[in-house]
Amino acid sequence: MSDTITFGQEISNLLYATEGEPLRTCIQCGTCSGTCPVAGYMDYTPRQIIALINQGKKDQVLDSNTFWYCASCYYCTVRCPQEINITELMYALKRYSIWQNHYKEGLIGPTFSEAFVKMIVRGGRSYEPILAPAYIFSFGLRELLQEVTGATELLLKGRLPIIPARIKRLDSFKRMIGRIIPMGGLE
Amino acid sequence: MKEYAYFPGCSLEKMAVSYHRSAIETTKKLGIKLKELEDWNCCGATTYFYIDELLAYTLCARNLAIAEKTGLDVVAPCSACYKNMYFTAAHLKKDPDLAEHVNFALEEDNLHYNGNVKIKHLIEVFAQDVSAEEIKSKVSHPLEGIRVAPYYGCQIVRPQKEKEDVEQPQFFEGILSAIGATPVNYPLKMRCCGGSLIISSRTAALSMVRNLLQCAVDSQATVIATACPMCQVNLEVYQQQVNLEFGTNFSFPVMYFTQLIGLAFGIPPKKLGIGKEFVSFAPSLLPVLQE
Repeated sequence: MSDTITFGQEISNLLYATEGEPLRTCIQCGTCSGTCPVAGYMDYTPRQIIALINQGKKDQVLDSNTFWYCASCYYCTVRCPQEINITELMYALKRYSIWQNHYKEGLIGPTFSEAFVKMIVRGGRSYEPILAPAYIFSFGLRELLQEVTGATELLLKGRLPIIPARIKRLDSFKRMIGRIIPMGGLE
Repeated sequence: MKEYAYFPGCSLEKMAVSYHRSAIETTKKLGIKLKELEDWNCCGATTYFYIDELLAYTLCARNLAIAEKTGLDVVAPCSACYKNMYFTAAHLKKDPDLAEHVNFALEEDNLHYNGNVKIKHLIEVFAQDVSAEEIKSKVSHPLEGIRVAPYYGCQIVRPQKEKEDVEQPQFFEGILSAIGATPVNYPLKMRCCGGSLIISSRTAALSMVRNLLQCAVDSQATVIATACPMCQVNLEVYQQQVNLEFGTNFSFPVMYFTQLIGLAFGIPPKKLGIGKEFVSFAPSLLPVLQE
């Protein structure tokens, strides 16, 4: 007998600091899916994703866009009658899929998040222009033009930074992060 | 004079600079000082949590540790910053093991977090720490006849913190009434603006924005009031893209609630960052501005 853990247990283990009831207490009522403002765009609704996890359908879950389409609005979470923290579950699935390097092709979410975190690790603060290459190439021409037009107008209104913002104690900031994650992967 | 440690967050440095300016001006008028946190770092929005939980808590805790040294409560005007800081503080308090990990990393920056910081959203300062009477007493230009959609969005009210009303809160309406405006019944006031999906899942986010704008039109509001830079950008800056995507014709002003308060207080529009918006709200507010 091997003592490998199930996919459902793996995901539960990723919900380290979060309070909430275990996924197996889900009664499949569908309140989450009815509440979710993005459900119509997801491959599987939140209710279906929980059912798939409980059945151990790992590939089906990881190959779906569902958790990358979660906007973190927490509406499902405050309404779940079983008090499952569904939004945090979506976060856990994102982390899992990035670590496993297993996600649906064509999604912007994974690349964008990694670019964002790298930017913070380097400078301590967000600087929008540096993020654009992480997603702009996935856009069609029409979207690209719209995005450029919007950015130009923001610039003209003085709402886009020219110089990247940086924190002052960047060296100790980086050493601090180094105590959490190996910097080699992010630099 | 009341004083708070102020965590502006990255958006308020530039993209939402009018929120920053109007926050400073309006609180000053109420005898409140917002003292910016020294050398603060980005709260992580949602993305730290996509990558690594411990990293996310550490980056938020650095700001908490810096704030703790001031002995003041922290105020965050951005809903995402607020949610991240609030729940980081809550998790660190109840989980000594997590706090130990985080403090081990903070040592590198000569910081330590003891768990004694209270975090508030800027709108809570106006709704809880200042009374409606105090606000009313500063109003010189009541926004009479201005119909405002109070847009709460997500992360001010969700996740739930204690036992507060997460379905039908009324504090935003209370602030708008105090400055003489008419808060309209805005059925989608608690719905999400799409947040960062505007980049990662564009069509989904644009349709969420369209619904919110249409609902404001249906509520016969003349302006949407928001308390979050993400909401403001999605609802306003992306309005043109909504129109192109869905063939709609929205031209709907979206203001920070502090800009509306500032106008009612008689603060010059320029000091409130008015003029940096894509959709001018001057026509709807002209009667007030001219008085």
